[in-house]
Amino acid sequence: MSAAAPILDVQDLRTHFFTQDGVTRAVDGVSFTLAPGETLGIVGESGCGKSVTALSILRLLPPRLSRIVGGRVVFEGADLVTLDEAAMREIRGNRIAMIFQEPMTSLNPVLTIGAQIAEAVRIHQGASRKDALARAVEMLKLVRIPDAERRVGDYPHQFSGGMRQRVMIAMALSCNPRLLLADEPTTALDVTVQKQILRLMLELKERIGSAVILITHDLGVIAETARRVVVMYAGRVVEQAEVTALFDAPLHPYTRGLMASIPRLKHNRAKRLAEIPGIVPDLRTPIPGCAFAPRCPLATGRCREAAPPLEDQGGGHLAACWEAGRA
Amino acid sequence: MSGSVAVETPLIPVRGGLARFARRNPTIVLGGTMLLLMVCVALFAPWISGDPFTVSPADRLRPPSFADFFAAGKIDRFGTDNLGRDIFARTIHGTRISLIVGIAVACLATLIGLAIGLAAGYFRLLDAIVMRVMDALMAIPSILLAIALVALTGGGIAIVIFAITVPDIPRVVRLVRSIVLTVRERPYIDAAISVGSPSRKIILRHILPSTVGPLIVQATYLCASAILVEAGLSFLGAGVPPEIPTWGNMIAQSRLFLARAPWTIFAPGACLALVVLSINLLGDGLRDRLDPRLARRM
Repeated sequence: MSAAAPILDVQDLRTHFFTQDGVTRAVDGVSFTLAPGETLGIVGESGCGKSVTALSILRLLPPRLSRIVGGRVVFEGADLVTLDEAAMREIRGNRIAMIFQEPMTSLNPVLTIGAQIAEAVRIHQGASRKDALARAVEMLKLVRIPDAERRVGDYPHQFSGGMRQRVMIAMALSCNPRLLLADEPTTALDVTVQKQILRLMLELKERIGSAVILITHDLGVIAETARRVVVMYAGRVVEQAEVTALFDAPLHPYTRGLMASIPRLKHNRAKRLAEIPGIVPDLRTPIPGCAFAPRCPLATGRCREAAPPLEDQGGGHLAACWEAGRA
Repeated sequence: MSGSVAVETPLIPVRGGLARFARRNPTIVLGGTMLLLMVCVALFAPWISGDPFTVSPADRLRPPSFADFFAAGKIDRFGTDNLGRDIFARTIHGTRISLIVGIAVACLATLIGLAIGLAAGYFRLLDAIVMRVMDALMAIPSILLAIALVALTGGGIAIVIFAITVPDIPRVVRLVRSIVLTVRERPYIDAAISVGSPSRKIILRHILPSTVGPLIVQATYLCASAILVEAGLSFLGAGVPPEIPTWGNMIAQSRLFLARAPWTIFAPGACLALVVLSINLLGDGLRDRLDPRLARRM
């Protein structure tokens, strides 16, 4: 799609969890690329592997419970899956930064927020305590925390949820990362604050020039922010397209189901809100065919037997569906 | 709140603050004051009392007398023992041994246990090995270990401290490890890893502070139990050599004359009980103060 060499190239990523009840295929062959400066949205319902994909990129998953069993995550020419831990630490927070879902618990309650923002700066730029703290103040100003000089010495409990997410953004962007992974950055916030935070994040991303992977279950957020969208279901990518193409003409029945279940202001109240029947499949048993087949209105015998490949359906609009043509 | 008041009248709010602290934390203040008194007694023992070693056969087993209590050279304030030694002086000097052993064991066990516990809790590979070693250590009875060591080396305060510390270390390790295991799952640890913090930094900066509160409380209990164990070892003759005045030694010697001279056991016994009580009070108060959730539940 993009002519420039991708900054991130994820190919057939497979991350499995090894539990007592068996192997859970949380991410099962995910591929996508990301151009420098691009904003990519990943959508899907809870448990579809969005977060695990992001955590796999940074290799932040619990080591004894989970393993990346296959695939490559090429970032700036290096495969992050096989990189050693020291090199990985060099990348974390410096080249790739992450914003977590829970701003209330993602900050250490016993350290000042200044110390926490300064931590990345000290580690990666070898800055002195004083310089790092000055950088922290600068970052707090950038995320528009009023009275930054004074607040830099405050503790997380002295901040509201939205303010804490600003602090998390300041922390993530303090080393000017090339890639920012934002895992449901606004889910825990009030609706009124969500928009401010998203706008701030995208504005700063433009200024720094980093690429962003925005993970969310909120299609509205995607529509406003992302340029390209990856739709995930049951650990697999089911559709990938430019944001306008996806919203105008969703090809995969799952995406269509998602769109249909968005409540509209003009919605006829007498009519029941559309939903996708059934539940997400159990990822502990291998699924031979299309993972969505049991819930799909268009499913045929072929869908249950063979998994459809993610194929270009025209104009760079990819969908993994045997019946993508049938609308 | 108090800061703004302090600007106007610097002295009174400080006292007001202390009074309020005492009202809210009576056990800390009571235990702390008693312990502080004991520490002072231990520090100034030679100035407070006479010589604990002077043997005076003519004065054997004299009962306590309160006449001329503050007269210099008086040896029977608390009576004398079977060798005519001043029980008051021996009790006062015994405070030193008890506190030294208690504090040394608490510090050593806490520091060593903290280091091992942090490592075991954070590095899962180490955990299985370290915890099995700790289980083995915990199975060693300190009294038997001390008797064996004293038999081998001839005894002394360092041996006593070592013998009591070794079986205490696993208690600290278990406590620290359990805290590390819960704290390491918190999202802010993932956040710290995600900015590239090395393990050393995560352990020392992000996890260590959470262990300090419980450890202080644990240390007071270790200190109290170490004082009791030391007294027990001395009583059994497996501790500090008998001529050195320790409460355990004194109790051991008085046992033979208990029917004729019950006062010989009273002073060291009471001091032992008081010092352990004061440390436990302090520990309980600190626990309530450092973990408010626990205090409310009780």
